[in-house]
Amino acid sequence: MSTILRLEHLKKDYAVGKDSITALSDINLEIESGEIFGIIGASGAGKSTLVRCLNLLEKPTEGHVYFEDRDLAKLSTKELNVARQSISMIFQQFNLLMQRNVLKNVMFPMEIAKVPREERKKRAMELLELVGLSDKAKVYPAQLSGGQKQRVAIARALANNPKVLLCDEATSALDPTTTREVLELLKDINQKLGITIVIITHEMMVIESICNRVAIIADSRIAEIGPVREIFAKPSTQAGRKLVYPDGDRDVHFGNRRCIRIVFDGRSSFEPVIANMILDCKVPVNIIYANSKNINGTATGEMVIQLSEDEKDYEKVFAYLKARNLTVEEVRDYV
Amino acid sequence: MFDQIIINMIVEGFWDSIYMTLVSTVFAYLIGLPLGIILVVTDKDGIRPMVWLNGILGVIINILRSVPFLILLITIIPFTRWVTGTSIGTTATIVPLVVAAAPFIARVVESSLKEVDKGVIEAAQSMGTSTFQLIYKVLLPESLPSLVVGAALAVTTILSYSALAGFTGGGGLGDIAIRYGYNRYQTDIMLVTVALLVVIVQVLQEAGMKLSKVCDKRRR
Repeated sequence: MSTILRLEHLKKDYAVGKDSITALSDINLEIESGEIFGIIGASGAGKSTLVRCLNLLEKPTEGHVYFEDRDLAKLSTKELNVARQSISMIFQQFNLLMQRNVLKNVMFPMEIAKVPREERKKRAMELLELVGLSDKAKVYPAQLSGGQKQRVAIARALANNPKVLLCDEATSALDPTTTREVLELLKDINQKLGITIVIITHEMMVIESICNRVAIIADSRIAEIGPVREIFAKPSTQAGRKLVYPDGDRDVHFGNRRCIRIVFDGRSSFEPVIANMILDCKVPVNIIYANSKNINGTATGEMVIQLSEDEKDYEKVFAYLKARNLTVEEVRDYV
Repeated sequence: MFDQIIINMIVEGFWDSIYMTLVSTVFAYLIGLPLGIILVVTDKDGIRPMVWLNGILGVIINILRSVPFLILLITIIPFTRWVTGTSIGTTATIVPLVVAAAPFIARVVESSLKEVDKGVIEAAQSMGTSTFQLIYKVLLPESLPSLVVGAALAVTTILSYSALAGFTGGGGLGDIAIRYGYNRYQTDIMLVTVALLVVIVQVLQEAGMKLSKVCDKRRR
């Protein structure tokens, strides 16, 4: 795999009156060709600014953006416009041209790229086929549902055979079912066409269901970066924990006893781990939270259990779980 | 009620009004539309910010718009003569009408273009559109319904300006209304010409709204 997008020491300040606000600082990031890369963070963390730096819709204050090893800031306006045809983008609000019908929306980027008229139409119809909207070719965007609009936007984004597809909160305006459909479509596109996808979102569910790697943005910086499975299993920063921990903060109290969080991967979820542990260690445990999710096609479960205050019991359980190659960590302030 | 001479005069006035208004509108748009586009594009939040140009244009447009039409009509007589070779008659009236209407149209166009969703512009930019392509493939088509409403507003405003054309011998219905109705107390002639003006405005306005509706694809 080769690096397709690389950010070096990226910094972005906004002028607000006489002051300036730092939206991003010291961002270093490499996105590999063919992967689905997620960028997650709370709103206002700077992730929308970050994705706009990837195609220079926002000009970085400092640092460099390399697309296929070319510094985008060094390109002329014309060269940048050509490069942008290889880095397409979809948006939360779809941003379709409201005065053009669906077919002509998909043809738009090809007009910009000066593709011959006949070819434009043929390709646009193929793309509408791909996103399952061939029957809506002559319809105007105002008559479509949110999910359909995003499909048109995706078809439009694919028109010039881009290498990268940037998704800026592309599912945030959609209901859960439509979100799943759109994510499936993106995954499909990634696998069939080999297009690198960068997804900006504030929803952990989006990251879990399709991303290979993820960067967590907090306070204008990258707090954590790595394969989704690893970050999910063992978030090492405050920002990571906040996103990964089930349902965020809790205000329910079960006393002061210690909790541990266990992450099961596909292999261990078939074994009755907890039952065996209780029998072996002879300690009582209290299950506080349990959930299973599909992360990149692997059934992954997590469980938070509460133990007695006895240090010996605690260590016994910890060792037992460790010995079974499970990811275990102590959770403070969970309950 | 009226003799043939009066009827002929009113008919002629009607066509004079139509001629002055339509020709002036066309020329005023030739100047005002590009000006409006420049105002939007060079705005500090525009596609190609050029604050100085935007500032200068803004001031010029505001100055031209604050001069009362009658004063403008008289002040620019030398310019009118230079352009048309004469300072009287219907054609000569077109010059001040254009000078007065173009800045007004620039503002109307500006406000229409500013209605275009910023997100749509951003999307087009993300596809690598040039400034020129953004203008004629995104800004203008996307704001078409609003531009048409603006055009109806502009044409009716120019028609009302043209009522003052009598001062330079321009003719038209407004001139007849002033000369016969106001100066000679021939209320009946005035009423007829005013009624005709009302009908013209009504027709133009309705046509504009209909046309705007037809080309508006944003409704479900």
